[in-house]
Amino acid sequence: MKKPEQLSSPLYDISEKENGEITIHLKERIDIYKSASILKNLTLLIKTKSPFSMTIDLAGVTYLDDYGALLLFKLKNLITAKKGGFNIINADTRANKTLSMVDPDSYRRPVADKGKNPANIFVHLGKSTIETASNLRFLISFFGSVVISMVHVLFHPKSLRIDDTLLCMKKTGVDALPIVGLISFLLGLIMAFVSSIQLQDFGANIYVASLVALVMVFELGPIMTAIIVSGRSGSAFAAEIGSMKISEEIDALFTMGFNPTLFLAVPKIVALIIVVPILTFFSDIFAIAGGLVVGVLMLDLTPTSYMSQTLETLTLFDVLWGMFKSSIFAVLIASVGCLRGFQAHGDAASVGNAATSAVVSGIFLIILFDSIFAVIRCYW
Amino acid sequence: MEKEAIIQVKDLTSEHGDNLILDNVSFDVFRKEILVIAGSSGCGKSTLLRHMVGLDIPVSGKILINGIDITSCDEAAFLSVLKKIGILFQSSALLGSMTIADNVALPILEYSGLPESFIQDIVRMKLCMVDLAGYEDYFPSELSGGMKKRAGLARALALNPEILFLDEPSAGLDPIVSAEIDELILHINKSIGTTIIIVTHELESIFHVAQRVVMLDKKTKGIIAEGTPEHLKNHSGIPFVRQFFNRTK
Repeated sequence: MKKPEQLSSPLYDISEKENGEITIHLKERIDIYKSASILKNLTLLIKTKSPFSMTIDLAGVTYLDDYGALLLFKLKNLITAKKGGFNIINADTRANKTLSMVDPDSYRRPVADKGKNPANIFVHLGKSTIETASNLRFLISFFGSVVISMVHVLFHPKSLRIDDTLLCMKKTGVDALPIVGLISFLLGLIMAFVSSIQLQDFGANIYVASLVALVMVFELGPIMTAIIVSGRSGSAFAAEIGSMKISEEIDALFTMGFNPTLFLAVPKIVALIIVVPILTFFSDIFAIAGGLVVGVLMLDLTPTSYMSQTLETLTLFDVLWGMFKSSIFAVLIASVGCLRGFQAHGDAASVGNAATSAVVSGIFLIILFDSIFAVIRCYW
Repeated sequence: MEKEAIIQVKDLTSEHGDNLILDNVSFDVFRKEILVIAGSSGCGKSTLLRHMVGLDIPVSGKILINGIDITSCDEAAFLSVLKKIGILFQSSALLGSMTIADNVALPILEYSGLPESFIQDIVRMKLCMVDLAGYEDYFPSELSGGMKKRAGLARALALNPEILFLDEPSAGLDPIVSAEIDELILHINKSIGTTIIIVTHELESIFHVAQRVVMLDKKTKGIIAEGTPEHLKNHSGIPFVRQFFNRTK
């Protein structure tokens, strides 16, 4: 009998007879943490040496769990596939019991029926049609419910949850002011800087003030504010309502006789209708301030001339038009955020999807409605 | 032969903010036993469990698992302890984006280094053990409460832990499923020799599976009684303990 040293391992010893019979003397614990290494080494051994037969000696084994037993089962399969013999010797009662429990084939069961039809193109088509129709129905029913609830609040102001609305106004308005202000200031700064490069050539520096004021008050102020609010608050609405939906809190509200739309969505919509136009107004002011910094420091304009040019360019109607657009964006952001939240179902992942979907749909609707407003303004 | 303590809780004090939850709690858990931590609602059972698995750090005191103090050990030692314990959470805590098989395979893939086909077989065996064979490709949202508990148990058993912690394993389940879970707990303890610590106040389960009970008290913030369920029911000198185990006012 010889000992092939190159095949030894701290986990086992190997002895080999002249006729090609190999005995593996396993040692100590054969568990989840040792099985991978033993399997890898012995698989290589079987592939390279193609032994006539393999004997596994468990005399030195102090613990054998189901991983170890499955390991032996896999080795047996490998060697019998090569027409070799396989034996296990010196297994104690406990090891025998573990070995008797492990036969992967006996654990195979037919896949449990999920009650779904086999998929084919007609099934998929029908399924997606039904899903689309169902989503559309939910959408119409939700917006109908929002309209009815808003009208109800209009005639019964006490039905509005004032505390929730004020808290929401703080979260979506006051807390958002620093980021809206900073972004708008930088935007005004960038616009003034870029436009000055062209206008300087014509000696028309003063029109930088007009450009910044018009673009911000007409378009960028409302749009940028709406996009920031959509990212901050629309996603938060969807996540909040979505997690309430999957933890059955909304069902609880419903069974207690509350209208979930009136209870959860209306305070958020009202809060945004109030704060988004105000945020937009601040955004306009911060952007004009950004333009003013560039005008004064780089274009040799005085603060007075810059401000008087700004006031000459703008009318009260322009400012109000921007704020009106903002209030429409606010309705869209809050409604879509709440809608996505109400649509969440199943598990935690659906809450994440709802938040993502709220932001994407919100930004899309903001741009779509802004395009419509641009056309209306053009022909007005 | 003296019993070997696998877990030692020494002078554990726990607070939530300014609220004292547990005050100087000390007890041992012995190898291969089934210990139930019982007590009325809000007495700190789940808090104690969270400390015992290292999810929360106590204000003072020690928790030794196999001699390693998990309240003060380094990360490597803590990881070695985590590999020896399995936890079934009250809500099962299965990852919703993964199938049942993937949930069970997750710790095996991380720690074993075994090939894919081997892991598939082991996962199938674990699921068969909890009577979920054939449900490998189901997502948690497609399973009933009892099936989720069993899948959570299969995941907790994936690494063949020495110690298994079960937080309210029968909560929210019907009596038949509860009885099935109890049988499964007994089977795991008997066949694998796993030490099992159960947090529950379900009397039927306690009487069926518990070898020893540690009972916590809301007023004293500590252990009020310790012993076999039958002893506590019939011979405890504390009226509240007898009331608890006899379901009387």
